[in-house]
Amino acid sequence: MSWSQRSLPAWAEILLVPLINVALAFLVVGIIVRLIGIDPFHALGRLVVGAVGSPESIGYTLYYATNFVFTGLAVALAFHAGLFNIGGEGQAYIGGLGCGVAILAFDKYLPGWLMVPLAITAAALFGAAWAAVPGWLQAWRGSHIVITTIMFNFVASALMVYLLVNVLIAPGSMTPQSREFGPSGQLPALSGSALNLSIVLALGCCVAVWLFLWHTRWGYALRAMGHNPQAALYAGTDLKRMTMLAMCLSGALAGFVGVNELMGVHHRIVLDFPAGYGFAGIAVALMGRNHPVGVALAALLFGALQQGGAELSFDEPAITREMVVVIQGLVILFSGALEHLPRPWIMHLLPRRG
Amino acid sequence: MTPPSAIARPVVEVSTIDKSFGGVQALHRVSLAIEAGTITGIVGENGAGKSTLMNILFGLCHADAGEIRVDGMPMRMDSPRDAIAHGIGMVHQHFMLIESFTVLENLVLGVEGGILLSRGMAKARVEVERLARQYGLAVDPDARVADLSVGEQQRVEILKVLLRGARILILDEPSAVLTPQETERLFAILRALRQRDVAVVLITHKLREVMAVTDRVVVMRGGEVVAERRTAETDLEALAELMVGRKLRLQVDKAPARPGAVMLHAERLRLVDGRGVRLLDDLDLELRAGEIVAVAGVSGNGQTELLQVLAGIQTPTSGAITICGRRFDARRPGDPADRRAIGLAHVPEDRLRQGLVAPFRAAETSILGYQDGPRFSPHGLLDRPTIGAHCCDLMERFDVRPRLPSLRSFQFSGGNQQKLVLAREMAAKPKVLLVGQPTRGVDIGAIEFIRRELVRARDQGCAVLVVSTELEEVLSLADRVLVMVGGRVVGEVEPEKANERRLGLMMTGSMA
Repeated sequence: MSWSQRSLPAWAEILLVPLINVALAFLVVGIIVRLIGIDPFHALGRLVVGAVGSPESIGYTLYYATNFVFTGLAVALAFHAGLFNIGGEGQAYIGGLGCGVAILAFDKYLPGWLMVPLAITAAALFGAAWAAVPGWLQAWRGSHIVITTIMFNFVASALMVYLLVNVLIAPGSMTPQSREFGPSGQLPALSGSALNLSIVLALGCCVAVWLFLWHTRWGYALRAMGHNPQAALYAGTDLKRMTMLAMCLSGALAGFVGVNELMGVHHRIVLDFPAGYGFAGIAVALMGRNHPVGVALAALLFGALQQGGAELSFDEPAITREMVVVIQGLVILFSGALEHLPRPWIMHLLPRRG
Repeated sequence: MTPPSAIARPVVEVSTIDKSFGGVQALHRVSLAIEAGTITGIVGENGAGKSTLMNILFGLCHADAGEIRVDGMPMRMDSPRDAIAHGIGMVHQHFMLIESFTVLENLVLGVEGGILLSRGMAKARVEVERLARQYGLAVDPDARVADLSVGEQQRVEILKVLLRGARILILDEPSAVLTPQETERLFAILRALRQRDVAVVLITHKLREVMAVTDRVVVMRGGEVVAERRTAETDLEALAELMVGRKLRLQVDKAPARPGAVMLHAERLRLVDGRGVRLLDDLDLELRAGEIVAVAGVSGNGQTELLQVLAGIQTPTSGAITICGRRFDARRPGDPADRRAIGLAHVPEDRLRQGLVAPFRAAETSILGYQDGPRFSPHGLLDRPTIGAHCCDLMERFDVRPRLPSLRSFQFSGGNQQKLVLAREMAAKPKVLLVGQPTRGVDIGAIEFIRRELVRARDQGCAVLVVSTELEEVLSLADRVLVMVGGRVVGEVEPEKANERRLGLMMTGSMA
């Protein structure tokens, strides 16, 4: 009887387990920091202050979190369909191309209230299209999505270098980047940091993904396919089309990274702006248990680590950029790969129900 | 193997075992003794506690109170490893084999005996040959498990247990997946094991098999042992009554059918698989409103494929199907959703794999396939309150326990999962109802109920097609019986004029 396996109460599952995982990660980080001769509590203090110590640092934390929300949701949504989309990096890149090209083409003619939605739509469409090809290959040709999406990251990267060096480069410029967007193609910044209106889009995406997955019939069919393709087929779901739908939505979500980065911060198309957000999205989704609320919380944590870590390495030369990556890696390790580690202990400590 | 013990002492005893799962008492003061050289049957309805008891014995879960004694010594069973060390072996209903490995590779898994595989393999090969001779457990040690039939795979499971020196062999619903012939063969093996002083425990709810092969029967109901009988001194009706706690009527009372218009018509239906084998071979079929037609046959003769094709899950290679006046063929096959829209409902044979989504809540499972209509998703948004109420209604009518729509589907016992799927399809008030193995895996009380419901659907004008490998079921339920061999219908019989023997002969193709 399968219901004999005692499961944890929902609150423990959603809050306690991730918190303990993060605490464990920090414990290990603390030991490492101690080993390189820095007081771990001092470092932790610097990290926290760096992440949330001033309005400006909070702004940066939220700005990073915005990217993590987009890629985390992208991975989570595909995951519910049983698809492991690790091409968020490439989809974000091409999504950025989409919104950039739309702005470069129309920013002289359209006012902001028209330009911004158009550019956002273009980001979604380009991201979706970049995910649709692996989706199509999976659905009709049986090529494994993990392989194809990761390959498409490289293709996207090469394509962007080519386009920026040869096609989109601003006339007379020596750096491979486009001309600056006109004012109608720039998102207004919030506070004195990189934080911009994209965060509203990110929150909207959280709500939309939640509504879609658990409250629409398409989300229902998508989850059915993810858990049990045979049952979904029996229920009358066209698995090929559903695979396409899931990948397109996933790619569109990843594509929004381009909105935050290019329209919000760089105001031009630049090289390598996805900077690993696509891959970190996998960890964000894992840690957030593929639920939009969890993804938002995990994105906040990752954003804080990114920002606080940057400040920390600035303050403490002994803690390099790479050290911050180690911290992130440990959080991913404990919340992703070792997520079940503390489960038996909690099981033991919690009072027995019933 | 152990030398034959002259003493008629029980090898395994459990005494006053208690076990509860979050407020539900699954076992209450259960005591049981199993003797060497006997076959003990444990029978009971779904959720009577049979599997829980065996899982405790095999170390898969812990008893809250009570004691397990092996050869008179109290033992702790913390894991299957302990149980195996004490000579207890279990063959699960779902096989635990690695399909891409050979038989021998599967057998030595976990007992490789050293770093180099060759020595352990050679030893196992000798041992397997000996066991094969002793017990008739013949399997090719070099065959890949994936290429074996279900019956052969089960023999590999039994070999695995015996190779590890088991003196007590527990089989959980061993015949659920076997054809009648394979079941006979299994029983011969069990008898040979008994001869060699192995204690065999058979968990089942097929009372006929209990009567055929066991020495002793233990009846469980509601987590307690309610009776223990010598098989020779009891009979089927008495056992059924003990199991359910009331008298049962398995024979369905039904008025003669009044067949109406043709609701489903299949013409020259053909399905060819990738190897060119005709799974369906120009099959013709006609199903009228207000009748139950049963398709009988040894499993693997195309019945599964017939259901899949009729339900729109598989596309036929050629031929046509007309359902409620709408025609589907190889060019326009339609899908399961199209079929449902015109009033076809389908209870799949493998309900657990095809009919439900394990992590979905019961309420979500209760609309699987029906999620698209305005009833459950007006404007595309799922109407949660309506779905919850619908699920409660299904649970009430089909006695699904516990009545918790928010529970996840896999948290229900097997029989209750089955009932939920049956309830969903039958409650849709279909014009055509396809049912695969209507009572497979459900307990005897539910069998009675399901058969009555099928007859009631028929009386209300539904056209019912039943595919079943249980001859007794086919004969008691159907108005017409079609016999399927090699992907075609080889004959039709009226159930009043047929008996199991005649039907059995037709099914093996030796009589048309």
